[in-house]
Amino acid sequence: MNDDIEPVEDFRRRARRWLAANMHPVSGDPDVRFDDGRRDTERALQRRLWDGGYAGICFPTDYGGLGLTIEHQRAFTEEALPYDMPFSLNVPTLGILAATLVDFGTHEQKLRHLSAILRGEELWVQFLSEPSGGSDLAGCLTRADRDGDVFIMNGSKIWSSAAFASDYAMCLARTNWDVPKHRGLTMFIVEIHQPGIQVEQIRQVDGSMEFCQEFFDDVAIPATDVVGDVDDGWTVASRLLVHERNAVGGGSPYTSGRSSGHDVTRGDDNLVEMARTSGRARDRHARQLVAEAHIRQMVGAQLIGRVTQGVSCRAMAPPAGSLLKLFSATNVMRRYEIGLELAGEAAAAWPADTEPVARRLSELTLWRQGLSLGGGSNEIQRNIISERLLGMPREYAADREVPYREVRRGGTSARD
Amino acid sequence: MELELSEDQAFFQQTTRKFLTAECPLATVRALESDPAGYSLDYWRRGAELGWTSMLVAEADGGGSLSGHGLLDLVLVAEEMGRLVSPGPLVPVNVVASALGRLGTAEQKAAVLPGLLSGSTIAAWCGTRPVDAVPDGDGFVLEGTASPVEVGAQAQHLLVTARTEAGLTQVLVPAGAPGLSVTSLDGLDLVRRFAAVRLDAVAVPASAVVGAAGDAADEVERQLQIAVALQCAEMVGAADRMFEITLEYLGDRYSFGRPLASYQALKHRVADDKVWLEACHAIAAAAARAVATGAEDAGDVASAAKAWIGPHATELIQDCIQLHGGIGVTWEHDLHLYLRRATVDRITYGTPEEHAERIATRLLGAA
Repeated sequence: MNDDIEPVEDFRRRARRWLAANMHPVSGDPDVRFDDGRRDTERALQRRLWDGGYAGICFPTDYGGLGLTIEHQRAFTEEALPYDMPFSLNVPTLGILAATLVDFGTHEQKLRHLSAILRGEELWVQFLSEPSGGSDLAGCLTRADRDGDVFIMNGSKIWSSAAFASDYAMCLARTNWDVPKHRGLTMFIVEIHQPGIQVEQIRQVDGSMEFCQEFFDDVAIPATDVVGDVDDGWTVASRLLVHERNAVGGGSPYTSGRSSGHDVTRGDDNLVEMARTSGRARDRHARQLVAEAHIRQMVGAQLIGRVTQGVSCRAMAPPAGSLLKLFSATNVMRRYEIGLELAGEAAAAWPADTEPVARRLSELTLWRQGLSLGGGSNEIQRNIISERLLGMPREYAADREVPYREVRRGGTSARD
Repeated sequence: MELELSEDQAFFQQTTRKFLTAECPLATVRALESDPAGYSLDYWRRGAELGWTSMLVAEADGGGSLSGHGLLDLVLVAEEMGRLVSPGPLVPVNVVASALGRLGTAEQKAAVLPGLLSGSTIAAWCGTRPVDAVPDGDGFVLEGTASPVEVGAQAQHLLVTARTEAGLTQVLVPAGAPGLSVTSLDGLDLVRRFAAVRLDAVAVPASAVVGAAGDAADEVERQLQIAVALQCAEMVGAADRMFEITLEYLGDRYSFGRPLASYQALKHRVADDKVWLEACHAIAAAAARAVATGAEDAGDVASAAKAWIGPHATELIQDCIQLHGGIGVTWEHDLHLYLRRATVDRITYGTPEEHAERIATRLLGAA
């Protein structure tokens, strides 16, 4: 296989020609709201990549992928930058869930789902967080009780991205209450649109409706849809989180092209433009702010390179991905602050029916903390960095080595 | 800074570290506080033997590097010097040696380079801000002040940037030239000496001009980039070492019956410091690579490094002091030696704000 693998530069040239002939150019920053129209567009774009032979560059050939290297994928991503791509398929479908399926799925599960994902026929989401607690992921209360060949699922999940517009989920549920919390969990493949599952969209502060909450009422899940082993779902979830940090941080082999909403190397043209439109291009303070945003972006890009290299040459432990997550979240906070300062009053009021840069910016500011919360809050990243990267003592946990049935829970009582 | 070094580079780094640890431990640095030069010539000569002064000069001129890009080797020295707040004119000597190596005439090279390369003589770099120059015969008469100039009072040669009608011109002025007065300054760092250099009708012949008269702008820019890449590496070395000892201290020190390292309030601070530190490493390494290879965006990357590392390395060390408690603000503890060094690095060769303005100029045009 390795003997006749196509050289990266040949692949790059071939991809460049194909992209120019088959994909549409896109300008500026992809700000993809995951509405119905865009969802269908992205499925079609993914299908076009599949038909052209450019889908799943690093996925295994047995399941529809190309089986090429991360260098091939990087070359393709570089060539694809000017084009409209299925941006939001990267995270979570390809970079997180398909990646986890590659690692833990059975042969049958991979056959059934991976090539369908690569054809744009299946969009996936993760059902992990619960209303009772986000950071304490392993403390989940959604339950799945074995009943012959199926598990019966009851409970609720929250903060899943665009579940209403997606097809499948990986869902973490408790299957054993008599062991400590990490040892009684199982990961399931769940078909989202079926009787017994109710999906409700949550309206976010910026008016978007992307995040969802799901309610499960006696949903029957075939035992063949267990990912990994029963009661070993924490192993699967942990790997899923590694894929998530990789995908969000920019180091995943499974994403293709830019990822919308997660790209810390995003251009800062809007800040430059804003300084110019507000007539402050020569204002000393405004110039410092524009430069600071640009510098932070350069530093962020170099940090991604350093951590990616560090983990792959084993100079850094895998939890180093948390450095990227924390940097990019705090960087975004500062970036939006800078934007708000540059925009001035234009961010408070604008002419009706217009979309000035300042408007988008002020809405982003409302949503700012979202990036410091999703995918493990900044506080959780700081725990990971201090404990797993720097070896500082672990936080006391009252539920360690205690059967989950006996663990105290505030507010929401377990339905057991 | 770089996560992966060549075998030669790793060996060079180890040799430098061993030499500095043995020959110039912190006790020696403290003792040098009262030394007028802040370093001993013998120490500097032996450092030069290890290669500290030759990396940016071509082999044909008596220099030579390990990697083919001498700056990538030299930042290893700067980083190690930061880790031990070592003395010695690493930046000025290398900036001047590299300028002469690139643009010096055969006579200039023969007169100055051997001494700089062997460590027996010192050169001062009077920076990027020009003094005035008036044509005088085939030479110039210089007028103005450069300050603060590192090792200005110790140097035998001073590389001065002057403004001539045709543009920037650089000239090599010998110490003791008539009209040249050099006044030693007191300063923040215990062993890094600066001076005010006053040029009062200093006449220099055409043979003192380095490169083409009026055509030095690109060269001055290059010198600034080299100086910044080196001082960024030094700040990273200093911050990295302080982070190391602080982490160790938090594990050893107990309050209320438990190690400081077990308090989440402190763990979270240390995690933030770690992010800053890795970001400092990343952008310092990028600056060294960009400047070493003469990349098109070298000026941008170097300025981004300076603008990021300057405030963050000093803030990180300040936080290390806070985490140490009262002992951190005593003369006895070594923390202040590092804070002094990083602060001086932050301010000299362009403040972070000045480097940010360079980037703003590219993005927004001149102010």
